[in-house]
Amino acid sequence: MKSFEYTIKDPTGIHARPAGMLSREGKKYKSAITVIKNGKSANILRLMALMGLGVKCGETVTVTVEGEDEDTAFEGIKAFFEANL
Amino acid sequence: MITIQGKGVSTGIGMGPLYFYRRTKAEIKTYTVTDTEAEWQRFKDAQTTAIEQLGVLADKAREEAGDEAAMLFETHQMMAEDLDYEEAIQALIQEEARNAESAVADTAAQFAEMFASMDDAYMQGRAADVKDVSQRILNILMGVVQGGINSEVPVLLAADDLAPSETIQLDKSKILGFITSYGSGSSHTAILARTMGIPAIVGLGDALDPIYEGRLVVVDGSTGTVIIEPTDEIFADFVSKREEQLRQRALLEQLKGEENITKDGKTIRVYCNIGSPEDVHAVQVNDGGGIGLFRSEFLYLNSSTYPTEDEQFEAYKSVLTQMNGKEVIIRTCDIGADKQIDYFELPKEENPAMGMRALRISLSRPGFFRTQLRALYRASAYGNLGIMFPMVTSVWEVREVKRLIEDVKHDLREEGIPYSDHVEIGIMIETPAAAVLSDRLAKEVDFFSCGTNDLTQYTLACDRQNNDLGRFYDPHHLSVVRLLKMVVENAHKNGVWVGICGELGADLEMTETFLAIGVDELSVSPRAVLPLRNKIRSIDTTETSPAILASIDSDESPKF
Repeated sequence: MKSFEYTIKDPTGIHARPAGMLSREGKKYKSAITVIKNGKSANILRLMALMGLGVKCGETVTVTVEGEDEDTAFEGIKAFFEANL
Repeated sequence: MITIQGKGVSTGIGMGPLYFYRRTKAEIKTYTVTDTEAEWQRFKDAQTTAIEQLGVLADKAREEAGDEAAMLFETHQMMAEDLDYEEAIQALIQEEARNAESAVADTAAQFAEMFASMDDAYMQGRAADVKDVSQRILNILMGVVQGGINSEVPVLLAADDLAPSETIQLDKSKILGFITSYGSGSSHTAILARTMGIPAIVGLGDALDPIYEGRLVVVDGSTGTVIIEPTDEIFADFVSKREEQLRQRALLEQLKGEENITKDGKTIRVYCNIGSPEDVHAVQVNDGGGIGLFRSEFLYLNSSTYPTEDEQFEAYKSVLTQMNGKEVIIRTCDIGADKQIDYFELPKEENPAMGMRALRISLSRPGFFRTQLRALYRASAYGNLGIMFPMVTSVWEVREVKRLIEDVKHDLREEGIPYSDHVEIGIMIETPAAAVLSDRLAKEVDFFSCGTNDLTQYTLACDRQNNDLGRFYDPHHLSVVRLLKMVVENAHKNGVWVGICGELGADLEMTETFLAIGVDELSVSPRAVLPLRNKIRSIDTTETSPAILASIDSDESPKF
């Protein structure tokens, strides 16, 4: 399992639109990708759970990646966060 | 005749028969099914249909109201196929042998509750989306067709409130205006009405009674007034108001997108003065180039306690986002003993116009001021912000403000909160002191905004509330014009631009003078933008300016 920490820079936080984009991104990989905030976690394929975390700008989340393609998925998702969130 | 009062959220005059939106409510029955696989398939089919319908609506919304409206339906699509949502329904159907309708209804309630209990207003709003999506699936399951408008003639459409999916499906050629019992200025009905250019009034409550169905109604979207069965006199009044509005629209059509340019090619920016985020609509409709004065007092006046940083931030952000990159100049709190606000606990003053007010309060209460500055800088990340400070008389005040701003920016950086590095800082020139010191003040700021109402009152020593002063209070007084000319000269020497945000800005008798002395921007009420543009485009400054400048500088009084 690989993981990274990320502080959200998008002023709106993980709202509906970025959450939807993130879910779509997650479908590219076989690995299970999870966003964790304050002990609450959500698989990124699950849009409403992801929105339910209520991640706001300036908050730090942990993202874990686990599965057969975790190296590629890790790089891909990390780049996605940096570019979009 | 019955008059009911709501909140106008889209301007315009509408008149026609009242028609209540028909919403078919089928009862959701709960029962046990024997073939759970077939029931699950029934849900899956309805879900697929819903997703297809939402795709069509997204395309339609994109055409009618732009990408933002379309995104709403795309979010609905993603919600409809969300795995947690689907699995919750699946569990109810396959494990408890429940019928698809009750499984959807229960799951919808559960997810709506999750969003409703979040501590974020935006996320709370998503509860309505979950319900809306689920209602769509339920309607498909039960074969319910939602009610359109069954009328030959266009109507004023009434409802308790309308969901986005309901408004987008309406036949727009049949609608003269919207009136609803609930809803707000940011509801989809309001946005749609503004896009369509028809009136909308919300928040009428129970006064909007279905017994008025079919009766003749007139509405005024700028005042929020709804009149049922008006008298002939009132009806005629509305007809003439509508004609005036049509004339204004014709002017708009003619001048919209045109430059504020004189015949000899001089341009001047025409911005708007607003008092609350709801006014942005009027700015857009009237083609204002930006917001030259956004009074922040509404935040304090509409509250029973100091507005929080977040409340202020949301209000500023909303205006900045709506203005979409056009400049928005927000004036910090301009409260004084003349506007009584209990929680400020301001002592009574003999002469509030010259007392503890505006920036003087802000600088005396650093905590309070800091909250506003933080909210402003946080909001700066969302658009093109300028900040201006009212009632400046000395250079030290401006320097103190700038120090506080640096502190706030430092803290935001430490906290990793984004803000813009391109916020313009300006001051109001509304005291003779500031005008006289404008050469020094110009070294401290990016722009000046002349508040001519106060500048005139202080210069002439005439209380502008006192109607008896008559001819002694001359808004075109040469002393004020000379001060303005001096301010512009001092500003331009230092690369600082100058605007006028007082009532004088919209005074068409003064436009030639402002052009002659080189004012860069006029900020006026939204309705005044187009008449002013019209005036500017009719002027040739090579013909008008020399005589005006000569007369301002002349030591000879003109003979009457």
